[in-house]
Amino acid sequence: MTLTTPADTPPREGRRPALGLRPDVRNLSLLGVLAALVLVGGLTRPAEFLAASNLQLVLTQASVIGVVTVGMTFVITGGGIDLSVGAVVALASVWATTLATQEFGFAGILFTAVVVGLGCGLVNGLLVAYGGVVPFIATLAMLASARGLALQITEGRTQIVTVPSVLDLGLPDSYVLGVPPLVLVFAAVTAAGWLLLNRTTFGRRTVAVGGNPEAARLAGIDVRRQRLLLHLLSGLCCGIAAFLLIVLSGSGQNTNGNLYELDAIAAAIIGGTLLSGGRGTIAGSVLGVLVFTTITNLFALNNLQSDVQQIAKGAIIVAAVLVQHRTARDPH
Amino acid sequence: MPATSRRHLLLGGAAVSAGALLTACTGNEPQGQGQAPAGSAAPAGDEPGTPVTIGFAGPQADHGWLNAINENAKRRAAAYSDVTLEITEGSNDTAAQIGQVQTLINKKVDVLVVLPADGKALTQVGLQAMRAGIPVVNLDRIFASPQAYRCWIGGDNYGMGLNAGRFIGERLKDKPDATVVELAGMDSLELTKQRTQGFDDALRNYPNIRKVARQAADFTVESGQARMAQLLQAQQRFDALWNHDDDQGVGALRAIAQAGRKDFLMVGGAGARSAMDAIKADDGVLKATVLYPPTMAASAVDLARALGRKKGIGGLSELEVPASLTLYSAVVTKENVDEYLPTGFH
Repeated sequence: MTLTTPADTPPREGRRPALGLRPDVRNLSLLGVLAALVLVGGLTRPAEFLAASNLQLVLTQASVIGVVTVGMTFVITGGGIDLSVGAVVALASVWATTLATQEFGFAGILFTAVVVGLGCGLVNGLLVAYGGVVPFIATLAMLASARGLALQITEGRTQIVTVPSVLDLGLPDSYVLGVPPLVLVFAAVTAAGWLLLNRTTFGRRTVAVGGNPEAARLAGIDVRRQRLLLHLLSGLCCGIAAFLLIVLSGSGQNTNGNLYELDAIAAAIIGGTLLSGGRGTIAGSVLGVLVFTTITNLFALNNLQSDVQQIAKGAIIVAAVLVQHRTARDPH
Repeated sequence: MPATSRRHLLLGGAAVSAGALLTACTGNEPQGQGQAPAGSAAPAGDEPGTPVTIGFAGPQADHGWLNAINENAKRRAAAYSDVTLEITEGSNDTAAQIGQVQTLINKKVDVLVVLPADGKALTQVGLQAMRAGIPVVNLDRIFASPQAYRCWIGGDNYGMGLNAGRFIGERLKDKPDATVVELAGMDSLELTKQRTQGFDDALRNYPNIRKVARQAADFTVESGQARMAQLLQAQQRFDALWNHDDDQGVGALRAIAQAGRKDFLMVGGAGARSAMDAIKADDGVLKATVLYPPTMAASAVDLARALGRKKGIGGLSELEVPASLTLYSAVVTKENVDEYLPTGFH
C-alpha cells in the first residue's frame, strides 16, 4: 500500500524532484493492459484494428470523456468529487445549440458552452468551498438541476446544429497532418493539465488540500479558494467537452453525457488517482480513458453485443485494479 | 487593494453581461414556422355532442418521439370543441405515474388515455380505473392484462423491422453477395429485440443478402455517433444499413460524414422531421425511414372521445370501438415523403 505523507506540503514532488515524467508502477501496469488489448485487436481483426483510421477513431471517441476526466482528476486529487460532469456537459451542449445561440455562429456556440460549464463549476465550487455542503451532495444537486434545465431548454427535442464551420471541424478535411482537431484539443488539455498538476504551485496546493486539508490550512494555503478553483476547472473541462461533443454529434440533446461521471471517476481511479484525495496522475487518467475506449472499439470491431461488452468491461476493470495492487505492493 | 477590487469589479461585470447574453440564448422558437401541423384540421363528418373529459398520463417527454406524443394528444383534443383534456405532468417514475393516474380517477374523468412508463408495472392502476367504470385507452406500451384496458392502440415494432428488411431486400435483391449492417436501439428493451427479429425474418427471404454486423446504441445522438463510427471502421464495405431510431440517426449520419462514406443506402426508423427532410433532399445515404407514428396519441384521443360518447369510430361498420389497434409501420421514401412530412417530429 502506498503511504502518503500529506503533512509536508508537496508530498509527492518532494520525494522525486525533476523527474515527473517517470511513469509510476500503476501507469506501467495500465500500459500493460493497453498493450494486451492492442495484441488481441491485432490478432482478431488485424486489417481494421491496426489501421491508422482506427487510431484516429479511438482517439476521437476518447477526446470528449478524456477532457472531462482531466478535470475530474483535479477535483478528486483535491479531496473532492464531481458527480455533475455528465449533466453539465448535457446542459452546456444544449444551451450552446439553441436556435438563438446558433445565430452567433462558431464563436457563439464555443463561448456559450465554455461559460455554461464555468458557471456550473462556479456554483458547485461556492457550495462546496463556502456553503459547507459536502461535494457529493452539492454536485449531486447540480446533476439533478442541470439535467432538468437541459430538458426544459430542449423540451425533449434534438437540437440539430446547422453551423457549417462547427460541423466541418469533425470532417477529415480539417485534420492537421492526419490528426483530428478534436484529438488536438484533447492533447492540449492533457498537456496543460499535466503541467498544472506537476509543475505549478496550484498543482502542489491541490495535492496538499486533498491529502490533509487541515495541514494545508496551517501551511498557509487558502483551502476554500483552492476548492472553488478546482470546481471551476472541472466546469471549464465540461464546457470544452460539450463543445467537442457538439462537433462530433452535430447536435445538442438533454440525454448527452449520460453517466460520464461514472466513466470519468472509473478512468481516474484505475489510472492511479486516490479516491480519497492527495494523489493524482493525469497520465494515468488518460491511460484509463484510452483503455476504456479501446475496449469498446475492440468489442465493436468483433461484433460482440452489448451484454457481452458490459460483462467483459466489468471484468477488465477488476482485473486492472487487482494487477495494480499487486505491482504497487511489490514495486521491484 | 484597489487593484484587486477593480479586478473583482471587472470580473463581476463580465460575469453579469455573460449571464445576460446567455439567458438570451435559451430561445428556441424557430422563425417563420407556419405550416399546419398534423391532426389540427377538424375531424370531418363528426358533429360536436356530449362533452367528454379525457385524462391523459404519459412518461416524461425527454425524447423527441415522446414529446411528439404529448403534442399530438393536445392538438387533437383542441380540435374537438366537446373534449376537455386533463393532462398530467409526465413522469418516468412508476410510483409517481400510478399516483397521477389515481388522481385522474378521483377527478372522475370520463375516459383515460395512459402511456405507461412501464406497461407491466401500471397494470394494477389500469384495472382500478376499469373497475371504477372509467374506460382506459392503453397507448403503445401494453398492460400485462387485457382486463386493464378497454382498447389498446400502438405501434408495431416487429413490423418496423419487417418493412425495413423488405425495403432493403427489394433494393438489393439483384446484387450478388450483398451485405447489410444494423444499428439497433437500446438492447435492454424488448422492442429492440422485436425490431431486430422482424428485420432478420424479412432478410431471410433474400438468400443473396447477409447481415454482417449489429451494434446497439441507446436512442441518443451521442451513442448513435459513437456506435456508427465503430461499425464503419469494422465494416469497410457494405451495401445497406438499418438504423432503428432517427434520433440516434442524427449522430449516425454525422459519423458517416466524418468517415467520408457514401457507398451504401441507409434506412431509418421512427419518422423524425430531420430524417424526412434528408430523404426529401435525397443528397445523402438516407433513402427511407420506417414509421413508428406518434400520431397514435391523436388517434388515442379519437378513440377516447368515441368511448366517452359511447359510439363506434367512423370508417368501420362496428358499433363499438375495437379492443386493439396495431398501426402500420409505413416506409417513407422520396416518393411519398410530402404526405408524411407534417407528422415528422423534432
